[in-house]
Amino acid sequence: MGRRDGCSRGKGGSMHFYKKEAGFYGGHGIVGAQIPLGCGLAFAQKYSKDENVTFAMYGDGAANQGQLFEALNMAALWDLPAILVCENNHYGMGTAEWRASKSPAYYKRGDYVPGLKVDGMDALAVKQACKFAKEHALKNGPIILEMDTYRYHGHSMSDPGSTYRTRDEISGVRQERDPVERIRKLLMSLELATEKELKDIEKQVRKEVDEAIAQAKESPMPDPSELFTNVYVKGLGAESFGADRKEVRTVLP
Amino acid sequence: MASALRRLGSAAARRGLSTACEDTKKSLFQLPQAGGKSSNLCSAINQALHIALESDPRYRLVLSEMSPIIPKPNISLLPSLHATDNRHSYLFGEDVSFGGVFRCTTGLADRYGKSRVFNTPLCEQGIVGFGIGLAAMGNRAIAEIQFADYIFPAFDQIVNEASKFRYRSGNQFNCGGLTIRAPYGAVGHGGHYHSQSPEAFFCHVPGIKVVIPRSPRQAKGLLLSCIRDPNPVVFFEPKWLYRQAIEEVPEEDYMLPLSEAEVIREGSDITVVGWGAQLSIMEQACAGAEKEGISCELIDLKTLIPWDKETVEASVRKTGRLLISHEAPVTGGFGAEISASIVERCFLRLEAPVARICGLDTPFPLVFEPFYMPTKNKILDAIKATVNY
Repeated sequence: MGRRDGCSRGKGGSMHFYKKEAGFYGGHGIVGAQIPLGCGLAFAQKYSKDENVTFAMYGDGAANQGQLFEALNMAALWDLPAILVCENNHYGMGTAEWRASKSPAYYKRGDYVPGLKVDGMDALAVKQACKFAKEHALKNGPIILEMDTYRYHGHSMSDPGSTYRTRDEISGVRQERDPVERIRKLLMSLELATEKELKDIEKQVRKEVDEAIAQAKESPMPDPSELFTNVYVKGLGAESFGADRKEVRTVLP
Repeated sequence: MASALRRLGSAAARRGLSTACEDTKKSLFQLPQAGGKSSNLCSAINQALHIALESDPRYRLVLSEMSPIIPKPNISLLPSLHATDNRHSYLFGEDVSFGGVFRCTTGLADRYGKSRVFNTPLCEQGIVGFGIGLAAMGNRAIAEIQFADYIFPAFDQIVNEASKFRYRSGNQFNCGGLTIRAPYGAVGHGGHYHSQSPEAFFCHVPGIKVVIPRSPRQAKGLLLSCIRDPNPVVFFEPKWLYRQAIEEVPEEDYMLPLSEAEVIREGSDITVVGWGAQLSIMEQACAGAEKEGISCELIDLKTLIPWDKETVEASVRKTGRLLISHEAPVTGGFGAEISASIVERCFLRLEAPVARICGLDTPFPLVFEPFYMPTKNKILDAIKATVNY
């Protein structure tokens, strides 16, 4: 929303979530660019010997970017603890995967890097896969995880999501493979929770989300002077405000 | 030309730094006045890299018993930003292990080990992306692009990732530790893909800095500043000067300020602005103009973005005329930005149109290089035409 209290202080856009404490190095508008970055993070982790791994996530569309293969090569060459996760929702915005990729088996694209295909709609499978991948990455180097998942809505505001696929397909997946429904059915069939308890949790979560949205809406826009902050940091040498070091003469709205 | 450069170097030493320094900055950026060892640009850069890698606190403990090849880095020069360092510095690129195509990185892999100085595969986009990731973890990543002509696959990473990382995360993350080094510029026989000057493309990107040294002494100080600056920097090294330029380079650790232009020759009739290897050509042109009674003020920009508009403006207010020269093609070259900014600031003071003596609007030619280049005579002619406007 571009508000001051947001996770990027209102400076980033809708893809730019960041959380330093959680080690979340953010979303990237240029898809694929984050993969070599992830390898850099993994290298630093390996050098510091801190037993951490890096998850570099990309989609089936970005899987055709050249930098993925450059990064795979480097990660494999240097045995980096990098886990490359391809979130395959079968559509690169409006292009179905069979129209974009000769080989839709994204987990096999590593060639010399092992890959695992995971049912991305099963939360427990994803958890196990990540656990396995972490152990593997720390011992043997990079691994690819392909998460078979789905996207209900359109890719972005300008994409209704229905011009390249049927509504039946969308509702079919929602009925058969929805991850939350699956967990709900599992919990109820194993009698780990009653329907009422689950409904309460849902109400609670909805309340939390609504409160967060309300809080976000109330948050003010960042001050216009923030337009110019964090372009450069005061470093060595003369102060840098950007290319024009005098005060900007235009009046900001 | 080597003797001209030596004179250039000692002239710079006598003049010292520009007067824009504050007292605190003066102590940080004192160019050691006395002596030094005669070095060329390659070995000056090599020394700077040695010092940069040696400044890693963890490594210092290991090496303290060994007799140093070069004097220990002066940690008091490092700003307190880096005081809580458990970060490391790395140097990587194509063929850097054995010393690199220009031997700028000799001895580094042997001394600092293959975990810190290593070869990468041939993938510029991957190299820079990887460097951004390393820097995002707080390390100093010095990425070498073998020739500036090869930097274009990495253009997206530099423009879209490196320059915007701090801004778009609201200062939660940054890749300020990234420094990209690349040899640029004409070398006499480079042709299309070993002679380009791509600085103008990067000067259009707020968030990174572009620094170009003119001589060995400048290069060592500027490179150390670039590596230690908390912003991502692209450092272009004039490959023509790697062997040709010889200067007295102080052996100790010293840094030169960024975003400060230097007046290396004072004059009153025309301001001549340039950077990198072109300055030696311009120095000759200025000497030629002096014989004809024209007094030229020569300015080395050093940092192209953010560039020191104040120094150039002050000089043009004094002389009333401006000439800019660079090897890159004239259309859309950085000279256009300088010209537009100075005209904006000094319109009424200017006595003649701003002259740009630059490369031609062609791909960098092989056999026609002497026609393409902004030579001493072209500059001299333009100086005379501007003064006699």
